Amino acid sequence: MHTKIQIRLNGKIQTLTVPPFRLLLDLLRDEIGLTGTKEGCGTGDCGACTVLLNGKPVNSCLVLSGELDGADILTIEGLKIGPHLHPVQQAFVQEGGAQCGYCTPGMLMMTKALLEENVNPTEEEIRFALSGNLCRCTGYAKIIQAVQIAAAELRKSGK
Amino acid sequence: MRRPEPFEVFQPQSIAEARELFRKNGSGGYFLAGGTDLLIAIKEKGLAPRYVVDLKKIPSLSGICQISDGWVTIGSLTTMREIETSRVIRGRYPFLAQSAAEVGSIQIRNRATIGGNMANATPSADVAPALLVLDSRVKISRSEGEKIVLLEEFFVGPGKTVMESGDVLTEILIPPTPPDFRGEYIKFSPREMMDLAYVGVAVGIVVDGSRKICQDVRIALGAVSPTPMRAHKAEALLLNQEITPSLAERAGEEASNECKPISDVRSSAAYRKEMVRVNTKRALLNAAAGYVENLSWMARRDRRY
Repeated sequence: MHTKIQIRLNGKIQTLTVPPFRLLLDLLRDEIGLTGTKEGCGTGDCGACTVLLNGKPVNSCLVLSGELDGADILTIEGLKIGPHLHPVQQAFVQEGGAQCGYCTPGMLMMTKALLEENVNPTEEEIRFALSGNLCRCTGYAKIIQAVQIAAAELRKSGK
Repeated sequence: MRRPEPFEVFQPQSIAEARELFRKNGSGGYFLAGGTDLLIAIKEKGLAPRYVVDLKKIPSLSGICQISDGWVTIGSLTTMREIETSRVIRGRYPFLAQSAAEVGSIQIRNRATIGGNMANATPSADVAPALLVLDSRVKISRSEGEKIVLLEEFFVGPGKTVMESGDVLTEILIPPTPPDFRGEYIKFSPREMMDLAYVGVAVGIVVDGSRKICQDVRIALGAVSPTPMRAHKAEALLLNQEITPSLAERAGEEASNECKPISDVRSSAAYRKEMVRVNTKRALLNAAAGYVENLSWMARRDRRY
């Protein structure tokens, strides 16, 4: 039981033959080998598996491969700009916005989505946007600082 | 976490094609909207579909429309995030936008749809009380044609609606509201985000500004009965009366008497009843605060979208 889908994954068009019931998370990790996207709860509560699907953050553990024909998917592996870290990645490195690092790819993808909509968020807005991304090291203070630094950087560079 | 057992995924382009796929393939089929309930049922509760019919490629099912005679229609595949951020919904029914924003996370709301949420008929669905006070209807497509049902009569029990196998919920219809209609939704939950309601209370009210008389009122409750429900007896207390804090208090008591909560892992039935009393009063006072000075129970919870 396989279905043919064409997707744009991190900017590259790919044609894949996949089982339609395969989760997007497993498609990325096990079939394509992009293991940056993490599985936490598997039920849409923790946000570790966040990717951008057609530009919008979603939990990849709740998306079926059979829904993906024509989709544009961005994962953590596609966040870099050429050889350079994305300003969001740079800010998390600089501010120490990661402890064990497991929630980090999801945090970064959600942050990218937030800053594309609102490049000058208040702390409340940042907390609201990240409420579906759990950090069980509870390192939220530095994560929020990192988002603020990234936002300032993006405002400065006019991106 | 468990992985889905093999099943087929169909992506029809029209409602007729979707229903035909369902009819042709027989038992074991499920319609797929956002998947935030269906995938959980598959992964956590052992649901094993033979096939799913994905409705997302049907263009006519998405989007929010203002119709010239004052009606607003919301396509069943419109996401919670689209409702939360819609200019039309935020302008006309800000409390409905807020109720959509109370659901899950942004990631969930980018997938979860209003039609899927209604068809799933969870008693605690945040959007249901807000839609009930707007006197909403749902449009159902079935082989005999289309059928429009009042949302209040659509829910039958937990997870149960009047829809029959093969029916597709296509639209939510909101009738015109008077220009001075005010609404309020209070979600009372243990956590501020990412949680289900202990109780949800929505109020829609029209008050004669000069005489402070309640001309029309609807109260709807979530998570305190087998289905989202209207509190008709509490409404009757308020109609044609002057809105005062003591009357709001009595309406809260009446709503508390009317609801039929259960005790579960979140809360006891007695606590839920008490919270219905308090939050109905608060929602009424907040909704009426636009007309009557010094009535507001507190500053509105400042929600960001």
